[in-house]
Amino acid sequence: MRFFAQVPNINFMAQRKTGLWVSSLLTVAVVLLLAFRGLNFGIDFTGGVLVEVHYQQTVELDNVREALGKGGYERAVVQYFGTSQDVLIRLPPAHDTDQSKVSTAILDALGSEAEGIDLRRVEFVGPQVGQELTEKGGMAMLFAFLGIMAYIAFRFEWKFSVGCVAALVHDVLMTLGFLSLFQVEFDLTTLGGILALIGYSNNETVVIYDRVRENLISLRRASIYEVVNLSINQTLLRSIITHLTTLLVLTALFMLGGASVHSFSVALICGVIVATYSSIYISTGLAILLGIQREDLLPPKEETEKEVV
Amino acid sequence: MRPYATWKYVTLLLVLLLSGLYAAPNLFGEQPAVQISRDSGDPLPSDFGPEVVAALKEASIPMESAAMENGQWVVRFKAEEDQLQANDALKKALGNSYVVALNLAPRTPGWLRQIGAKPMALGLDLRGGVHFLLEVDVDEVRKKAIENYVTEIPAQLRKENIRYSGRRQDGGDVVLDFPDQEKFDAARKFIAGEYRELQLANSPNNALSLRVRITDAEAKRIQDFAVQQNLITLRNRVNQLGVAEPVVQRQGVNRIVVQLPGVQDTTRVKDLLGATATLEYRAVAEDDASLAASSGVAPVGTELYFTREGRRPVLLKKEIIVTGSQIVDAQPTVDENHQPAVSVTLDGQGAKKMFEFTTNSVGKPMAVLFRERQVTTTYNAKGEPVREHRDVQEIISVASIRGVFGKRFQTTGLESKEAHDLALLIKAGALAAPVDIVEERTVGPSLGADNIRRGFQAAMLGLAMVAAFMVFYYRVFGVFAIMALTLNLLILVAGLSIMQATLSMPGIAGIVLTMGIAVDANVLIYERIREELRNGMKPHAAIEAGYDRAFLTIADANVTTLVATVVLFVFGSGPVKGFAVTLTLGILASQFTAIVGSRALSHLVFARRSRMTDLPIW
Repeated sequence: MRFFAQVPNINFMAQRKTGLWVSSLLTVAVVLLLAFRGLNFGIDFTGGVLVEVHYQQTVELDNVREALGKGGYERAVVQYFGTSQDVLIRLPPAHDTDQSKVSTAILDALGSEAEGIDLRRVEFVGPQVGQELTEKGGMAMLFAFLGIMAYIAFRFEWKFSVGCVAALVHDVLMTLGFLSLFQVEFDLTTLGGILALIGYSNNETVVIYDRVRENLISLRRASIYEVVNLSINQTLLRSIITHLTTLLVLTALFMLGGASVHSFSVALICGVIVATYSSIYISTGLAILLGIQREDLLPPKEETEKEVV
Repeated sequence: MRPYATWKYVTLLLVLLLSGLYAAPNLFGEQPAVQISRDSGDPLPSDFGPEVVAALKEASIPMESAAMENGQWVVRFKAEEDQLQANDALKKALGNSYVVALNLAPRTPGWLRQIGAKPMALGLDLRGGVHFLLEVDVDEVRKKAIENYVTEIPAQLRKENIRYSGRRQDGGDVVLDFPDQEKFDAARKFIAGEYRELQLANSPNNALSLRVRITDAEAKRIQDFAVQQNLITLRNRVNQLGVAEPVVQRQGVNRIVVQLPGVQDTTRVKDLLGATATLEYRAVAEDDASLAASSGVAPVGTELYFTREGRRPVLLKKEIIVTGSQIVDAQPTVDENHQPAVSVTLDGQGAKKMFEFTTNSVGKPMAVLFRERQVTTTYNAKGEPVREHRDVQEIISVASIRGVFGKRFQTTGLESKEAHDLALLIKAGALAAPVDIVEERTVGPSLGADNIRRGFQAAMLGLAMVAAFMVFYYRVFGVFAIMALTLNLLILVAGLSIMQATLSMPGIAGIVLTMGIAVDANVLIYERIREELRNGMKPHAAIEAGYDRAFLTIADANVTTLVATVVLFVFGSGPVKGFAVTLTLGILASQFTAIVGSRALSHLVFARRSRMTDLPIW
């Protein structure tokens, strides 16, 4: 497959300012979006009750609503889930009643309505648990950022680690913005996906950084600017291909994995696409803006001998 | 081309063999089984077994095998009908002191079981079942304890003739006022001597006012007692459900996780979890209990009960001396003769009543009656729920009163295990700390099966698409990458099986994602090889350069991902933790398979072809 006989020669760094501007504007837009539209948090975070049932025959939602109304749950949100035989019932959190009894009561109300009803799942999350999850999720993200920043600073240099984490924050924000824009449900698994994205999306950045270091050693005459541009071009193909393979498996997960991993795969698909862009323009672009020097990355003499095989 | 070290080939083969072995149990599926354990949670007697075989033979139910597995007796069957029939027959034959539960036992062959190979543990979202998270209201318990001291300490002071001028509760403190310094000092000395668990302080603005507070150690003890007590009660009740492999575990400071695989009827579970237990200390009547048991008529002023062990009839007087709500603590201990005993602590009111009672009853027997109020829900013909209350009442201890006692006393003459059990039962019947269900997740068996199927299909489709792409794009090297990826999956499955980490839907997502990340390492290497070829390097040298130069890059990329997965593991809960474990394991395996595995393959294929001018990598 000699699609690319030559290393491409795109002057990425010439566009880096445009890239940074576009990203800054997008970031502002996403922050506004998150502030005003917000995320569609699932019951993992908000608390509440969710019941999924499967009927033998097609069922009218009005009948289900009526049955629930008789049981005193007029406020329940009733909707089809995939097919007209699957029904999802949601109740928002209420502080006045004993929530744990609600799921039982809903089943009681439905049980008297139809026979042959198959309970698929019941989820009840108390408000205190949801609150904790939100706090823990925030902490997890913060520590993931700090940990990665420390590792990159240790392996490369602090300017690189700033660029890397900026790209990570950017990827996460863009993904959250996408989830907010399309009101994709954000549950515990989605949060796991976002954290996995934090770990995965900087693979690109690390690969580019690694190549920059290698080229800085071998190309002593070239300017930083040229070295970075060359490095990005050299790794571009690999970047595209590995994203393609990751997108392939994520698409498989999205199509066949079922509802419980839906938003997880959406978050990762979105994140992986954004990461391709941010690894070039943000992490590397920002590192240049911060003024990386050849001396920042040149290792001490003995290490040079070890690394160049 | 430098020769590839033999030990690397050997390691590779060894890893392949071992992970193949330990992943194998997942292929054999499950078969219907019945598992038998003791009601009390104790190990089965060493001579257990023949009665099971006999009972099945009598009911002429064919079984496949019966053996001890992990401290439980597991009987395996070929067909599901046999399993259900055997369940009924064994319940009848073995009686109340055994728990007989339906289960699916892995069909793992014996020789695999001998090396400790087991199939992966599936989470509730894959096998169906209920998950409850309960929260013990620890504050309520602490408040009760303080309230107790507000009445108890002044009562003791009166007895000691130490006059006080006021008492009140102020937040978590008991505040006592005294008329003069002398009384203040006397009270302080007395309380410090009598109540080691309390901490004393002067009020800042009033020199004659004493603040009494529970020490941190005591507060922690009260909290632990409350949680432990609930754990015991819940374990007992869950055992009654007859569920295979139930989990009842403390989580964090004040939470308890209850997981019941395979259970669908949450109403019944909630009924059981919500049962209330209490106990009563009562005097034993001297009338003939066996006569009352046979005639069914108890003499006036008495009631007939049976002992928990041995179902012996005992007549109890109707008056209650002390109830469970007045018990502060119960611990197994040893008496002055170093014999096992149970030490019980009562609150002030209980101590007073116990003192009054024992003063007049030395030498007479006293019994402990355990009562549990259970709710059962059944459905009538119209499908409406009908809730019934049922009281379980058993005598858990009968002992003679040796002397006069109040606040603290011991029950002696027990065997060590008896003492342990009695202490647990008294704890269970003591005033239970209120428990709230803060999380409930029920997954029906159909959804569980769907989830497994979907997860498997997604993984297979992902693998197929990646394989197709890699072979199309990298030719022979694509095949190496796919073989490495397959080994990666094998190691991952074997690792999860060995660790017995619970696999749930996010875990499957982690496996699928691992495939994407793992193949990345190979892409990195192959692109490097192509690049070196483009730069005019000879094929063999290009292969070497590709693997060597990509190694550190791959390691760097993987470490940053590992940082994130470790954080995910630390902060995540339940299924998210499982996702983190899968991803971590997958990345570690990929570092090995993508580099050592695929490199070994390329050496095997290309090392001897010395006159190659190009590589089949385009």
